[in-house]
Amino acid sequence: MTHDEMLRSDNLPHEPEKATLEGKNKFLGFWFFLGGETVLFASLFGTYLALKNSFGSEEGVPTTELFGLELVFIMTVLLLTSSLTSVYAMYHMKNHDFKKMQLWLGVTVLLGAAFLGCEIYEFYHYVHHYEHTFTAHAFGSAFYTLVGFHGAHVVFGLSWILTLMIRNARRGLNLYNAPKFYVASLYWHFIDVVWVFIFTVVYLMGKVA
Amino acid sequence: MSTHAAEKRSFGAVLWDYLTTVDHKKIAVLYLIGGGFFFVLGGLEAMLIRIQLISPDNEFISAQFYNEVMTMHGTTMIFLAAMPLLFALMNAVVPLQIGARDVAFPFINALGFWLFAFGGILLNLSWFLGGAPDAGWTAYAPLSILSPHHGIDFYAVGLQISGFGTLMAGINFLVTIINMRAPGMTYMRMPLFTWTTFVASVLILFAFPPLTVGLFEMIFDRLFGANFFKPEMGGNVIIWEHLFWIFGHPEVYILVLPAFGIFSEIIPTFSKKRLFGYSSMVFATVLIAFLGFMVWAHHMFTVGLGPIANSIFAVATMAIAVPTGIKIFNWLLTMWGGNIRITTPMLYALGFIPSFTVGGMTGVMLAAAAADLQYHDSYFVVAHFHYVIVGGVVLGVLAGLTYWWPRMFGTMLDEKLGKWTFWIFFIGFHLTFFIQHFLGLMGMPRRYWKFLPNQGLDLGNLISTIGAVLMAVGAVMFVWNIIKTTVKGEKVSHDPWDGRTLEWAVPSPTPEYNFKQTPLVRGLDPLWVEKMEGNGKMIPAEPLGDIHMPNSSFLPFMMSLGLFIAGIGVIYQVDHKAWWIVAAIGFIITFGTMFLRSIKDDLGYHIHKEDLEDEGAGVK
Repeated sequence: MTHDEMLRSDNLPHEPEKATLEGKNKFLGFWFFLGGETVLFASLFGTYLALKNSFGSEEGVPTTELFGLELVFIMTVLLLTSSLTSVYAMYHMKNHDFKKMQLWLGVTVLLGAAFLGCEIYEFYHYVHHYEHTFTAHAFGSAFYTLVGFHGAHVVFGLSWILTLMIRNARRGLNLYNAPKFYVASLYWHFIDVVWVFIFTVVYLMGKVA
Repeated sequence: MSTHAAEKRSFGAVLWDYLTTVDHKKIAVLYLIGGGFFFVLGGLEAMLIRIQLISPDNEFISAQFYNEVMTMHGTTMIFLAAMPLLFALMNAVVPLQIGARDVAFPFINALGFWLFAFGGILLNLSWFLGGAPDAGWTAYAPLSILSPHHGIDFYAVGLQISGFGTLMAGINFLVTIINMRAPGMTYMRMPLFTWTTFVASVLILFAFPPLTVGLFEMIFDRLFGANFFKPEMGGNVIIWEHLFWIFGHPEVYILVLPAFGIFSEIIPTFSKKRLFGYSSMVFATVLIAFLGFMVWAHHMFTVGLGPIANSIFAVATMAIAVPTGIKIFNWLLTMWGGNIRITTPMLYALGFIPSFTVGGMTGVMLAAAAADLQYHDSYFVVAHFHYVIVGGVVLGVLAGLTYWWPRMFGTMLDEKLGKWTFWIFFIGFHLTFFIQHFLGLMGMPRRYWKFLPNQGLDLGNLISTIGAVLMAVGAVMFVWNIIKTTVKGEKVSHDPWDGRTLEWAVPSPTPEYNFKQTPLVRGLDPLWVEKMEGNGKMIPAEPLGDIHMPNSSFLPFMMSLGLFIAGIGVIYQVDHKAWWIVAAIGFIITFGTMFLRSIKDDLGYHIHKEDLEDEGAGVK
């Protein structure tokens, strides 16, 4: 395939993200990467469960008192919705509608940024009202590491999607960038799935235990 | 673009070529140089250990220095020598064995190498910057958390960086083997080395993230005031042990499975028979990998997890002996009735089988949880894992290098010298480690700086040190063989061993596109199939056409350099906040190059069919 064929944005095949060998490789390789990421978060969850409410000789606020579900519920809605909007974006990519894809990716980024804003406020709240900090006790370290790793993934995902949107804004969809958009959306779904587990294991289970 | 042998290039041009290469064959050479360097370094550390223990109450090196040397010997050999040397062989051979023109992700392949290289350099910089890590290669907390100087920080950050590289190499091989196989190369026709690379890559993918998390927690505890492993703050030191061994046990199979693969290539070639029980070999490989994830707590029998947990992990561990035994018998039955040629690689294979069996047998002994309380942390354990790692992995790497040397460099290592090397190394190896079983059973603890006189340990330790000297002589002879062969530069044919698999079907030196036309695979041992059909060469699966090639890139080097600089900044920011500037510069370099990589199109280039080399090129 010549370079012109790779970079033209008309006459695309049905699934442009998997039409080239490079695209197929990227697709498969990224799924494997997400498999590794799953184990990474599983290890973080394991550490968190082992150190939950573990303060040693330090003073600390237990999960039942620390967490409020209202803000976390809003954050969950924001992130789940952003996953849906990224599905819309991929739907339009498969129909070669670049403008609508960009639009829905834009909505995804906005929702993700809103989530991030809430999370920063949440951390600020814990630190200033409950003295629940990273260094205060083992529970604090485990909590901020698990939720913070997820937050760092959100930051990376947002920067990635934004970079792709701006880079390709003028030239449109082609066989070269379609796999990039596609794996970025996969990454975004993964972040969403991890949050579902954080919501359940950290916050819901934190309220009942 | 073309590889004219006559073309003389300046040193600078060659250096730049290797700094920017994305060609799996050149990356293999880089891994060989990097892994070989660290192997020599780890070997020197081993010699210091053995000289210190040559006699009782010895004062050759100080206790602190002994701890550092002992820690760095283990860490270097596992992470910086054994794995890169295996990656060298995988990169050199696997794409050729499956009939591929390249790996799936050439850029990431280069990135994986440079991350390993910079991680290894960072770790070893600790020698010059206040002392190396001193808490053993397992770095158990609280020992590692309480270690006062920066050594452990270099351990955690250096392994983190090189671990990222390993993870990328693993993903790259997985996708390469799944997506890039030539027509007809079905899964159950893949050579065993490709299979074991594939399974080892799966292990890397799922075993390295727990290490990543453990190292992050250690970095956070030591450098950022976190409390994961500080019991007074609610932390729990056992978490580190779990995370480390959830990684650490599969790591054993990450190392030894490819070595099994190497011997599974060598034994059929020099027995002139197809591998006995091919499908059971594949099954055993997968089963070992599967079980390998469920046995990590056998390293922790003495922690006190309770009788139920210990029993379950003991039984699971013993179960691994079954698929391993299947492999041993398959190798023996491959040789049974074969037309055996005792070449150097075959000698290594013959030496490997009984040596590794001893290591496996002591493994089952250690798996008996009740007995393990006696063996734990004694020289019996040291003897056991050296029988597995040296008897399996090191013999495998030496065999593989000798076997594939003509493929990688077009020359043949001296056979006579090779056989001498084998015997000296092999005798030295058994002399060093066999006696250590008994030293351990007599109560000599591992990792101790000294032992006392008149406890029946003197003679055993002396013998062990003499053996280590012989191993060092063997290693020097191997390096000498490489130098001698390279200086002589006598080229051999593309198929000097009368090989059976696809890597022997390409001309020598291997063209940068590997296969002029993708070959059609018609059975297990595809080249042998064609030899038996009377063709002697592969049938092409496609007409002659333009070949797409990836562009070279300097970005992998820059990304890794950025992390290296950032790592130094992060380590020293506890001493002075100004080091954050260094860390920031490093992160800017890394993320900046990642950004550049994302926005800059990299479409590669084409070699036109008219420009493909004529003489002997393509499928031959």
